[in-house]
Amino acid sequence: MKIAIASGKGGTGKTTVAVSLALSLPQNQVQLLDCDVEAPNAHLFLNPTIQGREDVAILRPSVDETRCDLCGRCAEVCQFNAIAVVGEKVLLFPELCHGCGGCKLACPLQAIEEVPHVIGVVDWGSVGEMAFAYGLLNPGDPMPPPIIRRLKAMAQGEKTVILDVSPGTSCPVVESLRGSDYCLLVTEPTPFGLHDLKLAVEVARELKLPMGVVINRADIGDSGVERYCQEEGLPILMRIPFDRRIAEAYSRGTPLVEAFPDYKLRFRGMCKEMEKQVGR
Amino acid sequence: MRELILLSGKGGTGKTTVAASFAHLAERKVMVDADVDAANLELVLSPQVKEKHEFRGGKVAIIEPALCTACERCAEVCRFQAVQQREGEYLIDPIACEGCAVCYYECPSEAIHLEEPVSGHWFISDTSYGPLVHAQLRPAQENSGKLVTIVKQEARQLALAQGCDLIIVDGPPGIGCPVIATTAGADLALLVTEPTVAGVHDLERILSTVAHFGVPPLVCINKYDINPQVSQAIAEDCAARDLPLIGSIPFDQAVTEAMVQGRSVVSYSRSPASQAIERLWKETKRFLDS
Repeated sequence: MKIAIASGKGGTGKTTVAVSLALSLPQNQVQLLDCDVEAPNAHLFLNPTIQGREDVAILRPSVDETRCDLCGRCAEVCQFNAIAVVGEKVLLFPELCHGCGGCKLACPLQAIEEVPHVIGVVDWGSVGEMAFAYGLLNPGDPMPPPIIRRLKAMAQGEKTVILDVSPGTSCPVVESLRGSDYCLLVTEPTPFGLHDLKLAVEVARELKLPMGVVINRADIGDSGVERYCQEEGLPILMRIPFDRRIAEAYSRGTPLVEAFPDYKLRFRGMCKEMEKQVGR
Repeated sequence: MRELILLSGKGGTGKTTVAASFAHLAERKVMVDADVDAANLELVLSPQVKEKHEFRGGKVAIIEPALCTACERCAEVCRFQAVQQREGEYLIDPIACEGCAVCYYECPSEAIHLEEPVSGHWFISDTSYGPLVHAQLRPAQENSGKLVTIVKQEARQLALAQGCDLIIVDGPPGIGCPVIATTAGADLALLVTEPTVAGVHDLERILSTVAHFGVPPLVCINKYDINPQVSQAIAEDCAARDLPLIGSIPFDQAVTEAMVQGRSVVSYSRSPASQAIERLWKETKRFLDS
C-alpha cells in the first residue's frame, strides 16, 4: 500500500507524521520516500545510511548551427517559449524547457539533438531494516516532477510505502499523489490550516484517493477544521496535542515516536484504519 | 521602487505572519501574495476584491475518439505518461498532461486538439493596509510560476500608478518554479527560518536559490526560544558568512490567537512577538533604504 502524506499548508507536521508512521511499522516491511525534493527533511530525523546516489536529468535541446537554416519551426511548436529564433541565431531558454522533445521531432533538418541536463539527485539507502530514499532538486532548477517520478519508480510494491509530499497543491504535489492508494492529510486547527486543507482535499478528490486527516497541535486555534471534517465525512485518524516538549524534540531532529514511544501504538492503529479504508 | 520578498524554503516558518504584520507597519506599498497554491495573506488582510481576472496556465491535449486510429503514436512520443488506454479507447489524462503539444503535432490523423482551460484567477483588492495583488491557482493545476510572474507584474504597475515605492511579496515555500518566479527581479529577500534541524537545512537551500539569482538575503529566526542552542548556531553561522541576521521572534500564543481573529499579530496585541516583528521591520527598512 502506498500512503502519501500531504497538507496544503507547510509546516503542519507532514514529516513528523511520515517519519513516526514509518518507525512504528515492522521495519523490514516499510519504505519511506521523501518526495519533497525542494526541501526534504525526513533524512534529518532518520540519519539513513546512504548506499547510492543517482543523477536525475531531463533532456534539453542543443542546436547544430551548421545544419540549422533558421526556419523557426522549433520555436513555433514549443509551448513554453524555451526556444526562439532571433536574427541569425537560435536562442535557448533552458530554465523554461520541460524536456518534452517537441522541438527535436519538429525540426525538418534534424538539426536538434537532446543532451541530458542534471536537475538533481536521488539518494537511496536504509535506516536499519527500513528502505529509504529522498531527492534533492538543484537550487535554481525549477521543476521537481522528474525527480519525484524517479523516486516513485523506486517504490517496493510489497512494502508499505510512505511518501512525504511537499506543501502546496500544484505539480509536485500532484506528481507525488498520482499512483498512491491513500492520502493522509496533516493539518492544524487554524484558519490557515483549514483553508489549505480544503485545497488539498480537492486535489486528492480529483485523483480519487481515499483520505484521512491528522490534526496536529490539536488544542490550539479554533474548531473550524473539526467541523469541516465532520461535514465532509473525512475521518480524523489522529489528534496530536500541542506540547512544547514535542516541538523541542522536533527542533533537535528527534522523531516523535522516539521522544514519546507511546505514540507507536497509535500510529500502528492509524495504519490499520487506512488499510481498512482502502480495503486491504 | 524596491521589491522585498519573504521566503523560507521550509513551509510554516511564519512568512505570512511576518508579511501580514509588515502590511500593517509599512507605508505606501503594494502587498503581493505569491503563494498562489495556498494563499493565506487574504485571510488576515480581509481584501475587498476590485478586479478579478482569469488565468490560463497552459494547454491540455484532447483526443477525438471518432478520428483516432489507435496507432499509438501519441503514447510513443509523450514523455509524461499522459496517454492512457481504457476499453480500447485512447484518452489523455489532463492531470498528467504538461500541455507540450507534442502529441498534437505528431498525430497522423489530426485526432488531437488543444484546449487552454482556466486554471486559476488573480485579483486586485483593497485592504485597510493598501492594495493587495493575489491569486488562486485551481488545485492540481500547473504553471504556478507563470501566475506568480503575473501578480508581480500587476503589483509593479499598480505601485507605479499609485506612487508607492515598495512592493512586499509573501512567497511560497520550497525552492522550485513559483519560488524562482518570486525571486526574479526582487531587490531584497527576507528569509524566515526556525531553530530546528529542518529549518536550518532548508534555510541553506533557499540561501543557495536566492544567491543563484543574485538577490541579497536577510535572515530572521521565528520561535527562536524553542531551541536557543540551534538559534545560537544559526546566529554564529550567519556572522561567519556575513549574512545579516536582523531579528528573532519568540514563540508566542498571540500569533495563533491573532490568526484565529483574522488579524495581523502587530495589530492584535502588544505581545512579545509583536514587538519583535516591529523591530524586525525597522531593521528591514534600514536595508531597504540603504
